[in-house]
Amino acid sequence: MPPSAAACPGCVAAPAQPVEEPVKPGRIALSLPGIHCQACISNVERILNSQPGVHSARVNLTLKRAMIDADADVQAAGLIPLLEAGGYEAHELDPGALRATQTDRAGRDLLMRLAVAGFASMNVMLLSVSVWSGAEDATRDMFHWISAAITLPAIAFSAQPFFRNAWSALRVRKLNMDVPIVLAIVLALVTSLWETALSGHHAYFDAAMALTFFLLAGRYLDHRTRAAARSAAEELAALEVPRALRQEDGAEVEVPVAALGVGDRILVRPGGRMPVDGIVVDGQSELDRSLLTGETVPVFAGAGQAVSAGEVNLTGPLTIEATAVGEDTSLHRMTDLVAIAESGRSNYTSLADKAAKLYAPGVHILSALSFLGWYMFTWDMRTALNIAAAVLIITCPCALGLAVPAVTTAASGRLFRKGMLIKDATALERLAAVDTVVFDKTGTLTAGAPELTNLADHGRRELEVALALAEVSSHPLSKSLTAAAREARITPAALTDVAEVPGYGTQASWNGRRVRLGRGAWVGAGEAQGTTAWLGIEGDAPRAFSFTDALRPGAEEAVAALTAAGYEVLLISGDTPHAVEGLAKRLGIAKWVAEALPSDKADRVRKLAEQGRHVLMVGDGLNDTAALAAAHVSISPASALDAARVASDIVLLGTDLSPIPESLTVAQRAVKRIRENFQIATVYNIIAVPLAVAGLATPLIAALAMSTSSITVSLNALRLR
Amino acid sequence: MEVLGYLIPISLTLGAVGLAAFIYTVRSNQYDDPEGDSRRILSDEWDDRPKPD
Repeated sequence: MPPSAAACPGCVAAPAQPVEEPVKPGRIALSLPGIHCQACISNVERILNSQPGVHSARVNLTLKRAMIDADADVQAAGLIPLLEAGGYEAHELDPGALRATQTDRAGRDLLMRLAVAGFASMNVMLLSVSVWSGAEDATRDMFHWISAAITLPAIAFSAQPFFRNAWSALRVRKLNMDVPIVLAIVLALVTSLWETALSGHHAYFDAAMALTFFLLAGRYLDHRTRAAARSAAEELAALEVPRALRQEDGAEVEVPVAALGVGDRILVRPGGRMPVDGIVVDGQSELDRSLLTGETVPVFAGAGQAVSAGEVNLTGPLTIEATAVGEDTSLHRMTDLVAIAESGRSNYTSLADKAAKLYAPGVHILSALSFLGWYMFTWDMRTALNIAAAVLIITCPCALGLAVPAVTTAASGRLFRKGMLIKDATALERLAAVDTVVFDKTGTLTAGAPELTNLADHGRRELEVALALAEVSSHPLSKSLTAAAREARITPAALTDVAEVPGYGTQASWNGRRVRLGRGAWVGAGEAQGTTAWLGIEGDAPRAFSFTDALRPGAEEAVAALTAAGYEVLLISGDTPHAVEGLAKRLGIAKWVAEALPSDKADRVRKLAEQGRHVLMVGDGLNDTAALAAAHVSISPASALDAARVASDIVLLGTDLSPIPESLTVAQRAVKRIRENFQIATVYNIIAVPLAVAGLATPLIAALAMSTSSITVSLNALRLR
Repeated sequence: MEVLGYLIPISLTLGAVGLAAFIYTVRSNQYDDPEGDSRRILSDEWDDRPKPD
């Protein structure tokens, strides 16, 4: 079995790695999770190719990706809205990371070896069939020698991955699945050469070749599934911008975040993310902390206010003085939590590894025993060695080597078509064991965008004024209000002296009266529960516009389906009890926890695990990463922060949450198939091994048994598609 | 049995030709997008003449 992907805590603890080398301009890669047919390909290519500056665009349906060759000034950010207008969801991929995986060298290397093994085994099989059908004496010997001439170089080339793996296991005095494989291949070749030299009747060249071919096929499938998923997950462009504006002698200079020091003054524009922890020295604005804490209500920021790396500046430019940089920022302390959670994660042994642990010593002992037995019985080295080789070949894990990869390929392919990327090889097996699902709120169950709830409560006059005030601001609440009012066919009132006051809201004059839209205290009203913007018209009582977080598409269906299927669903959020309770009621989630700190989330997940539960954690924020890493298996949406995506096993490519319940059933069926495949392989061994030990196995029987079991196992896996 | 003298080299050569053809298809990226390629056949673009590179 291939070695499982090593855990890499170092990778997790690096959400904002500076980009090392600049990518060649003009190369754009987009992820298109929604495409599925010929019409999608033509439409996407037509939309992209009709853009000025785009030289060529080509869609890859297998990877659900588009590669664009364009002028240096064409930006992905400009192309994505065009595709979205055409109905295709699109995300930018990092072409720098993509370049490394574009020509997948390891995959191509395996494919070449697979091809050589395939063609060689066909030719050798042809010669073997002539031997089995009665070629004798000199003809048989000649056929055997030709087979040897084909097999030896072909195996020397194509079985190299097995030799290498077996050697690296033996060097550290361990056994893996490759050790019996290599032993079987080598022993088969040695005894066959020996037999051929003595004009013997039986040679196992075809078996050695077929063995290599089937095992390489399993290995290639395994590699392809994982490589495609892993690369795509890692290529989703980082949300973090590793650059900051530092004030130097009154001028602003763009510097990498890594170059910032304590005491530096940094300008953060509206829409920008805080690169370091610091204190606001100038400017007023509002901060969105949802990625760090899960809170949806923006907080006010003015001079003297402490800010943490990762918070988003919403309305006005802020100048901050850095108090902690790099490793010391709260962002990094958060990722340390992930490292701790990772190390605490129970070391999951995959089904294949479990099988290999039983299998490898068993096969060696059996083969050694039959060698000894026959040697004691006949005192004939040649017979004993022949039988030992036959035992090894018959028991060789062809079916076992295909049992897991064939199923995971079929299952991952099916989930990929639904928009889910399986990043970890054992994720499917772990997903099948899940009995409890924990959701994060902000950004996971909700879309992270506010939605106006009480439009109907207001008169046309107020709405016209509110729309006019909201239109000039890029604050998320204003944008949402604008969209809702426009949809209700409200026309903006005519205002004069419109001005945005960063951190408070917008104000203007309307028919000689002062009108304001913004924070409660500023407008002259109290604070309300939940997310609210206030409209104050001079002379009138202030009016509240309440917002709720819009649900992510598929959230209701996903929660309903999970509850109906008997899973325990929990909602753990860092947001206020009011907001969390509201959402829990809306979705019908009985158990919820509010105001959970990042470490609380991880602790709760760990406690559930201690109670013997297998938790699936679905989350997107930095405050979820520790919980994601601590859970038995985890899913994050593509919009999640880098660190969260790295910490999770499965990435949802689209915005829709509805594939989650289906992924659980697919995983359960996949594990069932894997077990069935192991049973098939075992049954075949129970029938064939006694024949081999008794010395009755001929190369023909070995070939038949090997092929039928491998093909049965693959067909069984295909039933999943 | 002399016929074997011809048939064996022929079968080996055919096998080698097949292998070479396969290696050529791998080298020229023909397995990068099997799903997309199978759908593109339905497109009526470039039906009259090949797409210029």
